[in-house]
Amino acid sequence: MSDVAERVKKIVVEHLGVEEAKVTENASFIDDLGADSLDTVELVMAFEEEFGCEIPDDAAEKILTVKDAIDFISKANA
Amino acid sequence: MRRVVVTGIGMVTPLGNGAPHNWKRLLNSESGIRTIDHFDVSDLAAKVAGVIPRGTGEGELDLDKVASSKDRRRMDDFIIYGLGAAMEAVEDSGWMPEDEESRERTGVMIGSGIGGLPGIAEGAQILKDSGPRRISPFFIPAALINLVSGHVSIKYGFKGPNHAVVTACATGAHAIGDAARIIQFDDADVMVAGGTESAVCRLGLAGFAAAKALSTSYNDSPTEASRPWDKGRDGFVMGEGAGIVVLEEYEHAKKRGAKIYGEVIGYGMSGDAYHITAPAEDGNGGFRAMKAALKRAQINLDQVDYINAHGTSTPLGDEIELGAVKRLFGDHAYKLSMSSTKSAIGHLLGAAGAVEAIYSLLAMRDQTLPPTLNLSNPSDGCDIDLVPKVAKQRSVKIAMSNSFGFGGTNASLIFKAV
Repeated sequence: MSDVAERVKKIVVEHLGVEEAKVTENASFIDDLGADSLDTVELVMAFEEEFGCEIPDDAAEKILTVKDAIDFISKANA
Repeated sequence: MRRVVVTGIGMVTPLGNGAPHNWKRLLNSESGIRTIDHFDVSDLAAKVAGVIPRGTGEGELDLDKVASSKDRRRMDDFIIYGLGAAMEAVEDSGWMPEDEESRERTGVMIGSGIGGLPGIAEGAQILKDSGPRRISPFFIPAALINLVSGHVSIKYGFKGPNHAVVTACATGAHAIGDAARIIQFDDADVMVAGGTESAVCRLGLAGFAAAKALSTSYNDSPTEASRPWDKGRDGFVMGEGAGIVVLEEYEHAKKRGAKIYGEVIGYGMSGDAYHITAPAEDGNGGFRAMKAALKRAQINLDQVDYINAHGTSTPLGDEIELGAVKRLFGDHAYKLSMSSTKSAIGHLLGAAGAVEAIYSLLAMRDQTLPPTLNLSNPSDGCDIDLVPKVAKQRSVKIAMSNSFGFGGTNASLIFKAV
């Protein structure tokens, strides 16, 4: 697992208060991990802070799963 | 008119978490006021406050039992305190409606004086330092006063009237009185009502100190700082916490065999129309609130056994309230007893009226009056029974609780043993 993936999962576990095992790459924040729309905004803020990148609103709207987050951040930081 | 009784109580105060724990310590003349050590007070005039003991020990507030760490990010402390006290009250009442109709007949009315002041202060700092993109989506819902009622309704599925009172230090009393009226008007059968506050932060202390409202002479002896009616008093001591009651229509409560703490028989309100922070010098506002409550209760003056006073320990307010009591009650003022429990927990602002209503109900239940701590040398004219220093036994069939707030807003509640 990449370093980015690990850090993303750690943030998701902390912010959504879910078990680590549930945070698979295909897990949807809202459908599988119990997040609501406000949680997803806060998650994106946490990713921005952790990785020192900016995630514009239109991109943030497309980050629906753990994998979406990992892919976006990997690309942004490449 | 439908009758309204109290069937559940819950509180968290500087004396600890839970009504039983609170009551025991209060009657034991213990104080919850201490030196503030959880944030920097070096440059503040007032360095003491009534602070909620947090932890997992006896009488400590275990935040994890109120809400998960995830959910707590949506709540400033006043919401956590209010929710915790509401959980205790609902559980105490045993009212867990299973059907939709009962849930729609159960409402919530929990207020706060100021709301999420610590979070607002922090948010303002983040905005200044890091810009708007770093403001949390939870910033607004964590600070809004009516979100306590919101969270309680969501947790229990209570779909009746959902409301919140904001009348500064009279909030808790107004919430109980207004919620009782909602039941009287048949808009609900059960209401979860009360007040909550968590303004003990640098911004809150600085603000009240600037208004010259706080005690500053007892920074080295915190438990002596709140001393209503005592010659040495020099201002109120800020406190935090929550008080919540479950109000219920009398027949509804009787039908399900609920335990009843007392009946809300009187509720009176008035406005000073005088000054934004100072009480009217003749105590006219408090006088009329008490008088209105007595009228609603349809009792004689001499039936009131105990008054839980607003008694904040400010040089002006304590004597003005006492003067109003003397003028209203006449000779009976020397036969009733009055105490200020703010001497033990400080001034819980928006939560004060609700916490003190609960103390009044417990005084009736146990026929024991909570004391006014630190009352060593009463000011001139403070010559009625103010229950100095130690609790005392006395027959209490009817108790009154007074709350007065900035802006000149006054509320008085009267409870009767059932």
